[in-house]
Amino acid sequence: MLEVSNLDVFYGKSQALRDVSLRVDEKEIVALVGANGAGKTTLLNTISGLLRPASGSVEFLGQRIDRLAPHIIMQLGISHIPEGRKLFSDMTVRENLELGAYTSAAWKRRKETLEQVYKIFPVLKERGGQSASKLSGGEGQMVAIGRGLMSSPRLCMFDEPSYGLAPKLFSEVLEVIKHLREEGITILLIEQNVRNTLETADRAYVLENGQIVLEGKGKDLLRDEQVKKAYLGL
Amino acid sequence: MHILEGQGVTKLFGGLAAVSNVDFHVDQGEIVGQIGPNGAGKTTLFNLISAALPFSSGEIRFKGQKLNGLKPNQICQKGVARTFQQTKIFADMPVFQNVLVGASFGTPNRLSQADAAREASQKLEFVGLSAMSATLVKDLTLVNQKRVEVARALATKPELLLLDELMAGLNPTEVSEAMELVRKIRDEGITIFMVEHVMKAIMGICGRVMVLHHGEKIAEGTPQEISCNKQVIEIYLGEEAHAGS
Amino acid sequence: MDITRFIPTNRKLLLVGLLILIIFLTTFPLYSKEYYIRLMAIIFMYIVLAVSWAMFSGPTGYMSLAPAAFFGVGVYTAALLYQLKGPLLPLPAIIVVGSLASFTLAFLTGLVTLRLKGIYFAIFSFGLVVFLKELINYLEIHVSKVGGRHISYVSNTTVFYILLGICVATLLTAYFIRRSRLGLAMQSIGGNEEAAAHMGVNTTRVKILTFAISAVFMGAAGATTAPRLVYIDPGLAFNVTYSFIPILMAVFGGMGTLYGPVIGAAVFAYTEIRLRQQYPYYYMLTWGIILIIIIFFLPAGLAGLIPKLRDRLGGPISKLRKGGEAEEHAHT
Repeated sequence: MLEVSNLDVFYGKSQALRDVSLRVDEKEIVALVGANGAGKTTLLNTISGLLRPASGSVEFLGQRIDRLAPHIIMQLGISHIPEGRKLFSDMTVRENLELGAYTSAAWKRRKETLEQVYKIFPVLKERGGQSASKLSGGEGQMVAIGRGLMSSPRLCMFDEPSYGLAPKLFSEVLEVIKHLREEGITILLIEQNVRNTLETADRAYVLENGQIVLEGKGKDLLRDEQVKKAYLGL
Repeated sequence: MHILEGQGVTKLFGGLAAVSNVDFHVDQGEIVGQIGPNGAGKTTLFNLISAALPFSSGEIRFKGQKLNGLKPNQICQKGVARTFQQTKIFADMPVFQNVLVGASFGTPNRLSQADAAREASQKLEFVGLSAMSATLVKDLTLVNQKRVEVARALATKPELLLLDELMAGLNPTEVSEAMELVRKIRDEGITIFMVEHVMKAIMGICGRVMVLHHGEKIAEGTPQEISCNKQVIEIYLGEEAHAGS
Repeated sequence: MDITRFIPTNRKLLLVGLLILIIFLTTFPLYSKEYYIRLMAIIFMYIVLAVSWAMFSGPTGYMSLAPAAFFGVGVYTAALLYQLKGPLLPLPAIIVVGSLASFTLAFLTGLVTLRLKGIYFAIFSFGLVVFLKELINYLEIHVSKVGGRHISYVSNTTVFYILLGICVATLLTAYFIRRSRLGLAMQSIGGNEEAAAHMGVNTTRVKILTFAISAVFMGAAGATTAPRLVYIDPGLAFNVTYSFIPILMAVFGGMGTLYGPVIGAAVFAYTEIRLRQQYPYYYMLTWGIILIIIIFFLPAGLAGLIPKLRDRLGGPISKLRKGGEAEEHAHT
């Protein structure tokens, strides 16, 4: 479904990603792990069109998307749930969620989609009319995830959904992610909560200093010595 | 006497009680943790202690002195320092300058520019950031930005340090390193009160944990006791398999 | 022979350059026409306004539109004290009184408004100018029943030297504040005000203090400029252009450095005056286009050119140095 090939991405003069290739197949949950600053967010930003690669390509459903504008990429079915929430703080929770369905196709279905999101995160229904700036960190994270789901995407990319979430809530998010897969949505997931992520994911990539250093099935990587030392603190 | 003590602490936002009649205390030398579901009021409690927000009612005392009505800079100079859930670093300034602000203004007696600079260097070394003194903080990774915040807070020579989700966004190895740093800080004689979601840290370094839910304190005890508490498991930890990573 | 001994270090170059500049400026009126003396005086005035504006608004990020208010207070104080039949006080005293009046006004308004967040502070500071204009207009019409005030003549040369002095004082103050504890406090407020307060910075005191200090120089410049205007009424004294232009100059020159606003003010004032003479009907259009083009290519302002020039010139000079070193090693 998603094919990233030999991607090189620069920030000014410094190279953030070096010859990165990965693929995500339909209905998979693929995880991307690595240290802070390794380039994980950069990779997602490149896929969703916020950054242009210097060389290499990104293909989605057979179509090249690496030169397209972000809103077009979104309409093609990729939803990017960014790191650090990035909510519209002057708007209410409900308005934030509705904005996730901005594309015309999703807009028509937004009432149903909103109900589905409320089912997953009931707290958001309670807080529907509240200003997004008044939410706690974790509640904001829920809104960000909910907003990303409103466009009924085919591929959902999560950038650290566990950030600031209570353990139970993070478990729920993982359940949501598995549930999404059942609904036919493909998932690309960046996480620092490495153990749970590798247990949930089908496959995973390890990114270090802008390069893919390891690739394999989630459960296999859990047992890998390198991964254990560098990321699991063992 | 507890180094930090709160009685009947309440904060209302309109009709909603973010913090509701909470009694708590922290003793000198402890590392106390605060956990609870998102929106339970943990950061709000910190904001009340550091005077980022005013009280609705109740009292908080630091070393026996009431903190009600004081301004954040006064509370800092009395010996309470903090970090922030969303890092509030001085992004366009170099690392050294960030810490220098803490050293220059955090103590009630004014330090000379030379002494403040020395203090700042020391604290940078303590957190392991000496090599990056001249780098602009906005160019650092999240882990290092958090370290800058810690060094900056330490430069104010606190007796009590409030850490707000220090471990958020860190992978397990980085969490271990951060835990080491917290222990090192405690060994310097600084009392620590921390909000955390990363259970590994709570279990690993806290001597005592209190649990907030809907603004109320619902449980308190050792990490062991808390992690076995049925209510806590139900509302916060989820299945025990997921508690900790 | 070690040729490198004759190539100056950056610092020595700078000091020599400054010295030459000071000598040039202090002797300027001796060999220049009246027209140019007036021109330089105007440039000094704008430098004072731009630098003193940047002194506060630069590091803290609080956009103040009040320079015209403090400048106007200085002008009007001079107008009250400096009457056609003769000054009530000697000119230096008038300037001091004007400065103190501005300081007091800034201190009081600071107490009230510096608690407001960014945009509200900007709007309030703008309103202050308008308010003062209307208030004094009202008082003049209904209370003192004076239509406009005339000020007796002060020579261009006197005004030149006084403004030069104020200019130097402003720059020295700005320089020392930047490097001081107060400057660090202001930068921290600009970085993140809440965090600054939590690190022990008394943000209210820092803001009010610097705001008031910057107003001193604006008031002094106003009091000195009043004689040049000859006829003063509230509309002329409290003119928002004296807020907008210095801000434009500071941004145009480059906000990050001390010399940015100086270059900006000098280049801006000179260019505008010359253009106005050459093209009395089109100068605004031409000037506007030039400004847009320059900011487009130099978003950091004119001061952004300096690092680029340094890179270009630094090459040849360091090559000469290295050559000298090689010679030295060859002899040992």
